[in-house]
Amino acid sequence: MQRFYEVMFIVRPDMADEDLDKLIAGLEQTVTNGGGNLRSTEKLGRRKLAYLVRKFADGNYILLTVDADGALVAELERRLRVSEPVIKFITVRMDEEEKRLNKVKAIRASRRKLSAIPPEPVEAAPAPAETAAPASA
Amino acid sequence: MADEMTTTPARPDAPAGRPSGPGGRPGGPGGPGGRKFFRRKKVCKFCTEKIDAISYRDVRLLQGFVAERGKIVPRRLTGVCTTHQRRLTRAIKQARNIALLPFAARF
Repeated sequence: MQRFYEVMFIVRPDMADEDLDKLIAGLEQTVTNGGGNLRSTEKLGRRKLAYLVRKFADGNYILLTVDADGALVAELERRLRVSEPVIKFITVRMDEEEKRLNKVKAIRASRRKLSAIPPEPVEAAPAPAETAAPASA
Repeated sequence: MADEMTTTPARPDAPAGRPSGPGGRPGGPGGPGGRKFFRRKKVCKFCTEKIDAISYRDVRLLQGFVAERGKIVPRRLTGVCTTHQRRLTRAIKQARNIALLPFAARF
């Protein structure tokens, strides 16, 4: 079953660019070989870490967005754990969130259509109030 | 019968005076001058600005709901609604895990 994940990981800051590219290419390879679909790869650049990780104060953030199944994610995580320059990683499942967002968007679009109509009910509302006033008096 | 009719409508007036009770923020002006400033009704930032995706990557946004030492600010102080506080908490915890936010800031 294919699901949509975000895999973010941090590599040590003292890593050469070529090595980094090689590492990313290797991970992309595992995704495509494992029957997954790579949506995008993003280098978020160097950033100061909020706390020390393996005695590093900053790191290089990389984000992969992937369509994959459980087995492939497990394999990807295993590889990240094994590869020495990767100091931290997180995998977040995004498909349910995406589904919810699409739903919210659809609801909002349908609401807009309703709000375009109102002029008529506004005119209708004061009329019963006028008829009610003489009745009470 | 008539007496019963008059007593029942009188009831709703009693609880009406209550709304001023809750919502006390600690550290308000407690001096003899009474209330110095008017406390605004807090509204959920995510509802009003229609932010529906709270991503763990959006550090700028999350930082606004984290105290100086890195604690998550409670809902009663920020005015965030329950649903969004839950999502916010999740996002903050994920961000902590990937070192975007601190677990505990160094003083």
